[in-house]
Amino acid sequence: MNESKFLTVEKVDVTFPTPKGPLTVLESASFEVARGEVVALIGHSGCGKSTLLNVIAGLHTASRGGVILEGREVTAPGPDRAMVFQTHALLPWLSAYDNVRLAVDRVFGKTKTKAERHDWTVQHLELVHMAHAADRKPAEISGGMRQRVGIARALAMQPKVLLMDEPFGALDALTRAQLQDALLELHASLGMTVILVTHDVDEAVLLSDKVVMLTNGPNAHVGEVMSVPLARPRERLALAEDAAFTHCRAELLRFLHAAHPAKAA
Amino acid sequence: MAAVIQLVSGANIAPPAPTVPDRPLPAVTLSAPDTPPPAPRGPAWLRANGPDPRAQAFARQAIAALVGLLVLVALWSLLAANTRLPGPAATWVSAVELFSDPFYRNSPNDQGIGWNVLASLRRVGLGFGAAALVGIPLGFVIGRFRFLGDAAGPVISLLRPVSPLAWLPIGLLLFKSAEPSAIFAIFICSIWPMIINTASGVQQVPREYLDVARVLRLSEWTVFLRILLPSSLPQVLTGVRLSVGIAWLVIVAAEMLTGGVGIGFWVWDEWNNLNVEHILIAIFVIGAVGLLLEQALLLLARRLP
Repeated sequence: MNESKFLTVEKVDVTFPTPKGPLTVLESASFEVARGEVVALIGHSGCGKSTLLNVIAGLHTASRGGVILEGREVTAPGPDRAMVFQTHALLPWLSAYDNVRLAVDRVFGKTKTKAERHDWTVQHLELVHMAHAADRKPAEISGGMRQRVGIARALAMQPKVLLMDEPFGALDALTRAQLQDALLELHASLGMTVILVTHDVDEAVLLSDKVVMLTNGPNAHVGEVMSVPLARPRERLALAEDAAFTHCRAELLRFLHAAHPAKAA
Repeated sequence: MAAVIQLVSGANIAPPAPTVPDRPLPAVTLSAPDTPPPAPRGPAWLRANGPDPRAQAFARQAIAALVGLLVLVALWSLLAANTRLPGPAATWVSAVELFSDPFYRNSPNDQGIGWNVLASLRRVGLGFGAAALVGIPLGFVIGRFRFLGDAAGPVISLLRPVSPLAWLPIGLLLFKSAEPSAIFAIFICSIWPMIINTASGVQQVPREYLDVARVLRLSEWTVFLRILLPSSLPQVLTGVRLSVGIAWLVIVAAEMLTGGVGIGFWVWDEWNNLNVEHILIAIFVIGAVGLLLEQALLLLARRLP
C-alpha cells in the first residue's frame, strides 16, 4: 500500500439544509496524509475546517465524496480515528483516570487484562504528565490539564489517526505553548499520524509537516497545500529565528489574507 | 414537546454547579500579611474584630422568618376576630390535646392523627413510587429518541393540566374501590414532572459527551448508564421533588372524596363535625409534612455526586 496515501480525503462535499435553501460548506475538498505525518488544516473561522474534521472522524457524513483510511472507506466514528475536542469533553463526574479508563476499557476490553488496562491508562496519563492528578475530577484541574487528559484519552485508544479540533484554542497563550511542546514531544516518541485543525499560523508551522489551507466558506475547498520542510525534533526557541520557519509562516499569512474568488464551476 | 420542555425548564432546572477557575491562583500575593490574624473569641456575631458575616446572614434570615410567621398569626387573629374562624389560641389548645395522643385507635374511622398522616404517606409512597418506576425510564426514552419525544409531546401536554379530581372517577371505574383509585390519582398526576424533567435532562446532555460515546462506539446501554444518567441526574431529581409535592397535594384532595383513613379524609370528617380547629391544625400538619418531604429530597440531592 502506498504509504503516502495512508488517509485520503477525496472530493468531499458537505451541504446543510437551511431554511433559506441548501448551504454548501465544503465543495470538493481533497488532500492526502502520509503515515506518521502531522497535517495542519488551516483557514478562516467558519470555512468548514471543523466540519471537514468531523467528516474524517465519521461524526458527520459527507454529501458527496468520502474519506479513505488504509484503503477502506470511513463510514462511522470509531476509536481508530480518536478525536481531541476543543472543549476537552471530559465527563465531569469521572476522574481523569476514569475518563481515560473508559476509553481503554472500551477499546481493549477483550484484548487486555484488567491489570494491563490499568497500566496502559496510567502510562498514558504519565505521557501527558498528568499521573499525579489522576484522581481529580475535571472541575478540580485547570483548562490545560483537562486538555492533556483529553489527549491522553485519545492516545490511549491507539488510534490510526489522531484528530485534533483546535485543541488549544480555549487556552491562554502560555498554556498553549506548553501543550504544543507536549504534542511535539509525543510525536517524537510515538510517531502517530495527526490531523490538526487550527487558526493559529505559528502553531501550524511549528507542529506540522504539511499545511492544508482551506479557502473561505461557503463552498470552501483546498486552496493550497504547503509542506513544512523543518527538521524534527523541533525546538521552539531555535525555530523562532529560523529563515525557513519565517518563510513558511509568511506564506500562510499571505494565503489567509488574500481574497479567494469562488472556484469556477 | 419543545413547548412543554420550555414550560418547565425555565423554572425547574437546578443551576449548574460552579467549577474551579481555569488557572490555579498564585501562592503568594503582594499584600499577604506576615502573621495570621488573632484567634477570635466570644459569640460568633459579636467577635472583637467584627461580626462574622455568615452568622449575621443566618441571624437575618431567622429574624425574617419569624417576622413572616408572626404576620401570618396576626392576620389569622384579625380574621378570627371578625369571622367564625377559630383564632390561634383556641387552635393551639386543640392541638395540644390532639398531639398528646397521636396514635390512638378507637375505630376504623376514628384514629389518632399520627395514623392518619401515616396512612396518607403510605398511599403517596405507593402512587409516587409507581409513577417514578414508570415515569423516569419513560423520560429517558422520550428524551433519547426524537420520534418518541415528538409522539409523546402532545399527549403529555394534553393530560398534564388535568386536575386530580377529574381522574378520580376514572380511578373508581377502573379499580372499583377507594384506596386504589386514590393511588391511581396520585400516579397519574405526579408522573408528569418526572417524565418531562428527565426528558429535558437527557436532551440537554452536551453534544460532546455523545460524540465521545460515538467515537468509542459505546453500546446504547453504556451510553445510558455512564453518560445520560449521571449527566441528567440533577434534572431527574428536580422532577422527583416536584412530583412528590404534587403527590402530597393530590392525596389530600383524593382522600376527601374517597374516604377511609388519611389526613384528607380527616379534614372532611372534621368539617362534618364542625370542628374547625382541627381543620386548621390539619392545614399546618399537611404543610409541615410537605415541607419535610421536600427538605428530605433536597438533602438527598445534595448528598449525591
